[in-house]
Amino acid sequence: MEPFVKITGIVAPLDRANVDTDQIIPKQFLKRVERTGFGEFLFYDWRYQSDGKTPNPDFVLNFPQYTSASILVAAKNFGSGSSREHAPWALMDYGFRVILAPSFADIFYNNCFKNGLLPIKLPEETIRTIMDNAANQRGYELTIDLENKRIMDKNGFVIEFDMDPFRRYCLLNGLDDIGLTLQYSDDIAAYESKRPSWMCGISI
Amino acid sequence: MKQKTMFEKIWDAHVVRSEEGKPAILYIDMHLVHEVTSAQAFDGLRMTGRKVHRPNLTVATMDHNVPTTDRSAPIKDRISKKQMDVLAANCKEFGIPLFDLHHTLQGVVHIIGPELGLSQPGMTIVCGDSHTATHGAMGALAFGIGTSEVEHVLATQCLQQLKPKTMRIDVQGSLPTGVTAKDMILSIIGKIGTDGATGYAVEYTGEAIRNLSMEGRMTVCNMSIEAGARAGMIAPDETTFAYLKGKLYAPKGSDWDEAVNKWKMLGTDPSAEFDTTVEIDVSKLEPYVTWGTNPGQVAPISGRVPDPETFANETDRKAAKAALEYMGLIPGTPINEVKVDRVFIGSCTNGRIEDLRAASKIVKGRMVAPNVNAIVVPGSGEVKRQAEAEGLDKIFIAAGLEWREAGCSMCLGMNPDILQPGERCASTSNRNFEGRQGKGGRTHLVSPEMAAAAAITGHLTDVRQF
Ligand code: SF4
Repeated sequence: MEPFVKITGIVAPLDRANVDTDQIIPKQFLKRVERTGFGEFLFYDWRYQSDGKTPNPDFVLNFPQYTSASILVAAKNFGSGSSREHAPWALMDYGFRVILAPSFADIFYNNCFKNGLLPIKLPEETIRTIMDNAANQRGYELTIDLENKRIMDKNGFVIEFDMDPFRRYCLLNGLDDIGLTLQYSDDIAAYESKRPSWMCGISI
Repeated sequence: MKQKTMFEKIWDAHVVRSEEGKPAILYIDMHLVHEVTSAQAFDGLRMTGRKVHRPNLTVATMDHNVPTTDRSAPIKDRISKKQMDVLAANCKEFGIPLFDLHHTLQGVVHIIGPELGLSQPGMTIVCGDSHTATHGAMGALAFGIGTSEVEHVLATQCLQQLKPKTMRIDVQGSLPTGVTAKDMILSIIGKIGTDGATGYAVEYTGEAIRNLSMEGRMTVCNMSIEAGARAGMIAPDETTFAYLKGKLYAPKGSDWDEAVNKWKMLGTDPSAEFDTTVEIDVSKLEPYVTWGTNPGQVAPISGRVPDPETFANETDRKAAKAALEYMGLIPGTPINEVKVDRVFIGSCTNGRIEDLRAASKIVKGRMVAPNVNAIVVPGSGEVKRQAEAEGLDKIFIAAGLEWREAGCSMCLGMNPDILQPGERCASTSNRNFEGRQGKGGRTHLVSPEMAAAAAITGHLTDVRQF
C-alpha cells in the first residue's frame, strides 16, 4: 500500500447523509474480479442519466469545478450498508484520497485504511463550514496533513483531527498488515494447539 | 472475578496477542466466503505468494449471482458465470470446501452457516458480507469484513481488530399476534437510527428475544448492520442447543456434551456492564413497513407517509424529502393504501423455513392480486427441500406465486431478478436503498406475513386483518 503523508487538493461537497455503498458502487459492477477500474462506475446512478452514459448535469461531481477533486466532504453515516470494498476502490480509482464526514459506517471506515484512503471524522459544524466553502468558493482547496493530524486552507482555516495512532502509523508507512500478523505465527500456532478438536474444521 | 458481557467473553477467548496501543490479533473460528467479495483476496494471496493458513476453517458458497430459475440451463450472464468459475477455481487451488451452484447444500451464506451447524455458540465468525451478524443469533461474535480482511483471514486465520463498544438492546413484553421478529428489528432501527449502533457490538436481551425461535433471532441479528452495529448477538440457551443438535457439522457424542457445557457459560454475567443500554417494549408493537430509502425510515402499518417538514433537523428533513421523491410517495398517504407491483419473499433476513411457513399460511386458498408478480426464493437448497416436503411450494404455486431455486435473488438483484424503474415491491429483505433491487425500483421492507398479505391484496396491508 502507498504511504499517505500529506496532500493538497480540491474539495467536492456531497451534501447527503447516509450515502450507502450501494450508491457509491452499484451491484452490477461488483461482478468484476479485479481491484481496479471501478472509478468510472462511482456513484453511477447519480452520475449518469437513465441511459447510463450521459452525465447528469445536476450531480455535483459533474460540475466542472470539481472534476479534479481529491477530497470529498459528505454528511453523516457515510459508507453505510454493504461491506463491499469496491466502494473505497471506486473512490480511490476516481481520484479521491480523503473523505471528510461527521461519521462513517464501521466496515467502510475500516476498508478505507486497507487501501490508503483516508476517512476523517469531524464535528458537524466543521463539516458544514467546509461544505459551504467548497460550494461557494471556486477551486476551494484543503491541505490534509496526516503526520500532524491537521487540516488547513489558504485563508487561515486550521483544525486538528483525531485518529487511532496505530491506523495512522500504518497509513503513514504504507504497512501491509497481513505481513505484520504473520510475524506472530508462533503465537497463532500456540493458540491453535489449544482449540478443541471439534472446532478443527470441515472437509466435503 | 470480573463480570463480563458475552461479547467480552468471546473476545477475550480469541485474543492471540494484544499489545498496548495496537489492535488485538483475534483468532477466527469460521470464515465464510461467497463469490462477490473473494476474488481479489485470492489474487492478493497469489501476488504475495501466500498460502491459505487453515483451508478447512473457511467454507465457500455461491449465492449472490446465482440464477433462481432452472439450474440445468447454462448461465446467461457471462460475467456472473465468470465470477462463479473464479470462486470454484480458487477453492480448488487453495483446498477450500465449496458448496457450488449444483451442490444440494448450496444457499445464501448466512442461511447455510447455522443450518449446517457451521456457526456455533462462542465462535468468532466472519464473512466478506455485512449481514454476517446473522450468525450472532447462535451466541457467536460474527461480523462482516472487507476483501482485504478476507485475504487477511485466509493468510493467517486471524484479524487485527480494535475492540468495539458494547450495547445492550433489551426487548421486553411479548409480541402481539401477527407481529414478528422483522417488525421488532425494523422498529428498533427506526428508534435508534441507521447509525445508532455504529461502533458497537450489540447484545439483544429480554423476554421478547428469549421467546423468539432461532429463525426469529437470526432475523433480528441479521439487521443489526442496518442500525450500524458491527455485530449483533443473542446468548445461547435451550432453544439454541435444540436447534443445533444433530446438525451436519455440529459436535457429536461426548464432544456435544463438552461443547454444551462450555456454551452454557457464555451468557453475560449478571452485573456485567455495557457501554450503552437501549430499552424497548414490544407488547403494543404493530407490523412495520419502511416508507423511505434507508431501513430507519419506518412506520407502523396503521400510519401515514410522513411529512418531511415534521422532522426535527435539517439533515433528516432533506433525507426524507429525497426519499419520498425517489419512492414516489405523497406525505399523508395512509401506508396501507400504497399499491405494490412486485413481492419478494426470501433473503438471509427472511428466507428460512419458518418464514416460508408463515407466508404460506397467509396465501393458502387465496390468489395473488392480478397486477402483482410475486416470487418466493428459499434461502438454501435445504430450506427448499424442507418446504417441498411440507407441501409449501404447492400452496405458493396454487396461489399464483413463483417458486424458485435458492439464492440472494431480488435482495440485491445481481442475478436476473430485478425491479424495473418505478416498480414498487414489498420485500422481506433488509435494504431499501435507492436502486438496491434494480435501478429506479422502490422497496418497502416488511415481514414475510406482510409480504404475503400485500401479494394478495395488491397493496401494503395489515396482515392482522387476514
Ligand atoms: S440475501 Fe441479500 S443481504 Fe443476504 S447475503 Fe444475499 S445479498 Fe446480502
